[in-house]
Amino acid sequence: MSDHHHDHDHEHEHDDRPGPHGAPLTDVQLRVRALESLLMDKGLVDPKALDALIDTYETRVGPRNGARVVAKAWADPAFRQRLLADSTAAIAELGYIGRQGEDMVVLENTPKVHNVVVCTLCSCYPWPVLGLPPVWYKSGPYRARTVIDPRGVLREFGVELADDVEVRVWDSTAELRYLVLPQRPAGTEGMTEEQLADLVTRDSMIGVAQVMAPAR
Amino acid sequence: MNGIHDLGGMHGFGPVGPEPNEPVFHYEWERRTFALNLATGFLGRWNIDMGRYAREHMPPAEYLATTYYEHWLYGLERLLVEKGLVTAGELSAMHAAGRAQGLKAIGIDDVPRMLRNRRAARMDDHLAAPRFKAGDRVRTKNVHPTGHTRLPRYARDKVGVIDRDHGVFILPDEHARSGTKVPAHCYAVRFEGRELWGADAGPRDAVFVDCFEPYLEPAS
Repeated sequence: MSDHHHDHDHEHEHDDRPGPHGAPLTDVQLRVRALESLLMDKGLVDPKALDALIDTYETRVGPRNGARVVAKAWADPAFRQRLLADSTAAIAELGYIGRQGEDMVVLENTPKVHNVVVCTLCSCYPWPVLGLPPVWYKSGPYRARTVIDPRGVLREFGVELADDVEVRVWDSTAELRYLVLPQRPAGTEGMTEEQLADLVTRDSMIGVAQVMAPAR
Repeated sequence: MNGIHDLGGMHGFGPVGPEPNEPVFHYEWERRTFALNLATGFLGRWNIDMGRYAREHMPPAEYLATTYYEHWLYGLERLLVEKGLVTAGELSAMHAAGRAQGLKAIGIDDVPRMLRNRRAARMDDHLAAPRFKAGDRVRTKNVHPTGHTRLPRYARDKVGVIDRDHGVFILPDEHARSGTKVPAHCYAVRFEGRELWGADAGPRDAVFVDCFEPYLEPAS
């Protein structure tokens, strides 16, 4: 199933099953397997439901959703207005609703204001529009540093902001989930929503990247 | 609690390390741990704040030495025993002494409905009148509860300005403790970087923290 679908030459190819090389299972792998069996025997989980949960977030929900929201906001001024006035309702127009996106707030980047989102206490992240967060978003360096040294963190991601640009860091400490609306790059006039969506990266919607104009 | 999870403002972690073309999960056990957390959460024996509070109890040295889904695994095992779904003996033996009574596993047909949830922590506006409005100056309380709270240490006893009132939400502190849904206005509060971090902070940096009303008092 889904545990075999990465490229085999990818350095992060991992398979928990003892493979042809006979790699032993680690403690945590064994522990999770044992826990799943225990919960099945207790009648508390159904493995088919677990598969469906995994499949949803591994293959169906991801940053492509957020990219469509951003592209529509760029292409459709009325939608952009609705998106900034009531983000949850506007995002729901595209069908993106549900867990960890029940109460959405869209933050608009401008030439003078750059927004970036973090969760210092855990890993809050808008699942319906971005999927599950990447490891770096959930890790110590990002959670520790973004609030105290936002420009340093942004610089590591290649975002260099002028001194007169205000940086707004949003720490997701409650149940609001934040999505950054990046600036539309120059040179994209006349592009369709679909073409625009192709330019929008996950990182630009977290606020650690800017959207680049297409190569000419 | 002043736990290791409260990382904002710490030094010494080194650079952020993004992984190009990162997969959603790196290991099969991560997939299973993620799904086990959701599936058992849907049984309704604990809420999201209890879930976070459980993870916050991971011993600090262990928290820093383990990966994200190991934190989820720790929290899940703790909750399963604490809420009586599994006994401590069953967990240590990893063997079921019998079926759980009065609970039914969510099935594959339940999954879409569970995930299309549209109401989580928001409560009706009429349940609480707001004490503050946009533009008000507020000071966060200097509090160090041993229970769950969503006021990070770096933002305690600091002066900020209400940016907006998000409306009425379940107060996580009490929700984690007893499960009671206490309605509280939740505000985005803007703190200037220099208020939080002193003179070395960038003059045009600000941090917005979502603060529940009980965390705040008026500032002159």
